[in-house]
Amino acid sequence: MSEVIKNRYEFIVLFDVENGNPNGDPDAGNMPRIDPETGYGIVTDVCLKRKIRNYVDTVKEGEEGYRIYIREDAPLNTKDEEALEYLQIEDTKQLKKTDPDAELKIRDFMCKNFYDIRTFGAVMTTFVRAKLNCGQVRGPVQLSFARSVDPIISQEVTITRIAITKKDASAEKATEMGRKNIVPYALYRAEGYISANLARKTTGFTEEDLDLLWDAIINMFENDHSAARGKMAVRRLIVFKHSKELGDCPSYKLFDAVEVCKKPDVVYPRKYSDYEVNVDKNQIPETVEVMDKI
Amino acid sequence: MSKGVKINVWGSYALFSRPEMKVERCSYDVMTPSAARGILEAIYWHPGLKWIIDKIYVKNPIVFTSVRRNEVKSKLSASNALTVIKGGKKPIYISTKSDIVQRSSRILQDVSYVIEAHFEMTDKANSSDNPGKFKDIIMRRLKRGQCFHAPYFGCREFPVNFSLCEDEVIESYYADEESKDLGYMLYDIDYSDPENLQPMFFRAIMHNGVIDLRDCEVIR
Repeated sequence: MSEVIKNRYEFIVLFDVENGNPNGDPDAGNMPRIDPETGYGIVTDVCLKRKIRNYVDTVKEGEEGYRIYIREDAPLNTKDEEALEYLQIEDTKQLKKTDPDAELKIRDFMCKNFYDIRTFGAVMTTFVRAKLNCGQVRGPVQLSFARSVDPIISQEVTITRIAITKKDASAEKATEMGRKNIVPYALYRAEGYISANLARKTTGFTEEDLDLLWDAIINMFENDHSAARGKMAVRRLIVFKHSKELGDCPSYKLFDAVEVCKKPDVVYPRKYSDYEVNVDKNQIPETVEVMDKI
Repeated sequence: MSKGVKINVWGSYALFSRPEMKVERCSYDVMTPSAARGILEAIYWHPGLKWIIDKIYVKNPIVFTSVRRNEVKSKLSASNALTVIKGGKKPIYISTKSDIVQRSSRILQDVSYVIEAHFEMTDKANSSDNPGKFKDIIMRRLKRGQCFHAPYFGCREFPVNFSLCEDEVIESYYADEESKDLGYMLYDIDYSDPENLQPMFFRAIMHNGVIDLRDCEVIR
């Protein structure tokens, strides 16, 4: 395995949706999430994390060290259960509930084997009641809610289907109605943070893991096509690499340096080229490396 | 040299969960002292130092919004993991299909605070540690925007922007409101006995947009 990351990172992901629902709101009958006051669209952090997990799961197929703990489904092949690499615990029988380090050992084992725990962290039930925080693993990667660049309009599309679900009803009617909620077009911006300290002290998130994370972000919608999503794509991934573990400058300065806005002559944005992305290099310290991953 | 600092913290959302409403989370009106301590500790902490929050300035109006998300209801089981380490063949994962639960959170929107705090030395400090050294490190980190990990407002999906506050006068939306009673709030959790954690509460009263914690009665 490669080395644990040594730099702090921040990143901005720009992704868009065309005639689809990027993230339904369970409180609003699965309409796209909208901030009710401003009309800006929202995609939750957990929604994006789910897609990153799914991508890693698809690419790595349960490969050693890249298993996914929070799964959508039962794994297809359970035989890789045996392929787990056992930890170098001298005598596992000694690993009793009284061993003060037992939970730390389990934590390290889980971090080593599960990519999502190493990246995002997890909460573990502890053996000893009220044991301080050792059941909590904070992962280095932290994502915030994604917000659309402009207010979005959610459109309800009514559809019909000719296959009737219930036998009794099929005699009476020929079609059933359904509804889809779509956003005609929206560009979303998500911001994320990666702490090298948490990687080093707790989960052992490596350079290799980081590359996989960038891949996963770039491709997170490629394996997630469905009737509801429409066309979704990651348009831009801007990564800021600090020269130090603690970082070189406040994160908001880096985020503020990236301005995304519609082009002046565009009234109703309907495609990515209706937007302009400006990275103001003057606001970014020289020691911070700016990388355009896509 | 004073051991106090003032920092600006702001962000789009915040969720300081009320302990009495934790299933469908509901935020307090303002930041709790323990959340403020967590933010400072994310920037700088050392076993030889203990943060004490003096004042919390509430700069923006208190506005709520809500978000409902699909969450998992179970946690990683330590004993299951142990069985697998020992060579057992238990499936080890959480299925979001069967362990799903929808929970709503009532969260604060567009928050901005100033935290006024100081630190005290603890007996875990090394012989080479002194308040001046700690203060220098803190000031350096605040000026450069450095942190151990990105601080957050209550939950990790709500990141905090921070900067050193050098304003003498801090403007608040509630500056004209002489006193606003926010009821009992969590002060912090007493970790002194690891087997028996004690929550501590206080009566939060905001005077002209400032919650003064220097001389408040803490109830267990």
